[in-house]
Amino acid sequence: MLRTLNRLNDLADVVQLSGQIWIDGENVLDPGTDTIALRRKVGIVFARPVVLPMTIRQNLTYGLELAGNKNRTFLNETVERSLKAAALWDEVNDRLDDPAVSLSGGQQQRLCLARVLALEPEIILLDEPTSGLDPISTGKVEATLEELTSRYTIVLVPHSVQQAARVSDYAAFFLGGELIEYAPGKQLFTNPQDKRTEDYVEGRFG
Amino acid sequence: MSISQMRNRFLLIEKRKLTQKLGFTGLGLAAFITVLPIVLVVAYVFWKGWPAISYTFFTEMPQDGMRAGGILPAIVGTLWLTIGTAIISVPLGLGAAIYLSEYAPENRWTRTIRIAIINLAGIPSVVYGLFGLGLFVLFLRFGTSILAGSLTLAIMTLPVIISTAEEALRAVPSSFRVVSISLGGTQWQTIQRIVLPQALPGILTGIILGLERAAGETAPILFTVAAFFLPQLPSSIFDATMALPYHLFVISTQVPGMPIQIQYGTAAVLLSFVLSMNTIATIIRSRARAKRQW
Repeated sequence: MLRTLNRLNDLADVVQLSGQIWIDGENVLDPGTDTIALRRKVGIVFARPVVLPMTIRQNLTYGLELAGNKNRTFLNETVERSLKAAALWDEVNDRLDDPAVSLSGGQQQRLCLARVLALEPEIILLDEPTSGLDPISTGKVEATLEELTSRYTIVLVPHSVQQAARVSDYAAFFLGGELIEYAPGKQLFTNPQDKRTEDYVEGRFG
Repeated sequence: MSISQMRNRFLLIEKRKLTQKLGFTGLGLAAFITVLPIVLVVAYVFWKGWPAISYTFFTEMPQDGMRAGGILPAIVGTLWLTIGTAIISVPLGLGAAIYLSEYAPENRWTRTIRIAIINLAGIPSVVYGLFGLGLFVLFLRFGTSILAGSLTLAIMTLPVIISTAEEALRAVPSSFRVVSISLGGTQWQTIQRIVLPQALPGILTGIILGLERAAGETAPILFTVAAFFLPQLPSSIFDATMALPYHLFVISTQVPGMPIQIQYGTAAVLLSFVLSMNTIATIIRSRARAKRQW
């Protein structure tokens, strides 16, 4: 579902789609959509952190360089800004030119987030961003996200019902690829309208 | 457990240990037997050829009906042919590999291409030689020339380069591609900046192994470029040239009264050329493996 929002599903071979996705007055699924621009506007962080095989700094500037940005000062500022936004700056600022794989799992996940932030997207898609992390790292990532909601629209596929209840402003419940219910988070989790949502939230299946 | 049961159990374990020991010895022997001929060939060739090796052996033209002097024209010819083969086969092979691994949809057509490539690798080299004679030398009127020889060798080398390069490209994790695309990269940017650099060591290894085979082949150059004897070095790609493998064939079978050390000296030079390429390939591969981050 997340990969549909920025058309990453184009890379997969077999996908069945119906419906429409509107972002800023444009239908994302329209075949004429400029997917390159779309993906810059709608960033994604995957469940398993995938750092590119280069240094920490290069990971962060990669997207900007693809867009043709070569200004050194701007790139350096972006590195600092996005690392700070992802709460990683204090841990890595003295080793930006180390290979990114030398970071721990939680750090890599925040680097992936910073990498998306570096592009100044409008929407950030997060696919179970804490699924591989321990509770402490999870807390750090969630706290970071909390701060980011003021500036970005975040779409998060939660790792657990508890996480969803904890962090969501609005929540949507999907079952078998179909949207069942969409409501403010508090309402969906405390007073769901659909029987299936209720069953799921109360842990009768899932 | 009775005494006899314990005894039987003990014997069974002993028997298993013995079987294992025999097995290991057998496998070790097999490994040794395969390595032995290679070592012997190299040692024998260098031992027999050593007396012929001198500075002038590399820098002089053959003299006295090739029974004396050096083998300079054959060395130069083989270098030219190897370079020519590389110039033709590397861009073509790499392009084909990138297409097959990154762009080609998985359908009957691309499967046919793959099967064709695999089968090309199995064609006997003398058939490539005849094909080169027909197409390049006669039909396209390149004559027996470095151009015709390089083209023939390139066609023979292509399958090796394509299949190793495609394998190296496919080995790059697809998650890198997805991430690069998700950051607003085009597919070509992704290939250029992520996939190719990561696959480069594997690709280089394939190229070198392919060229090494080309450098040592006799049959493909037999009808397309190789000269029995030429008193001067080639001056353009439309000249015929002498080449090490064919020269070795000539002096081993066609010239009576040939001093044996010149034969083995020539073999030693060809062998060193090929082995040093092999060594470079091995070094590239092991370095890349140590550096790889996935």
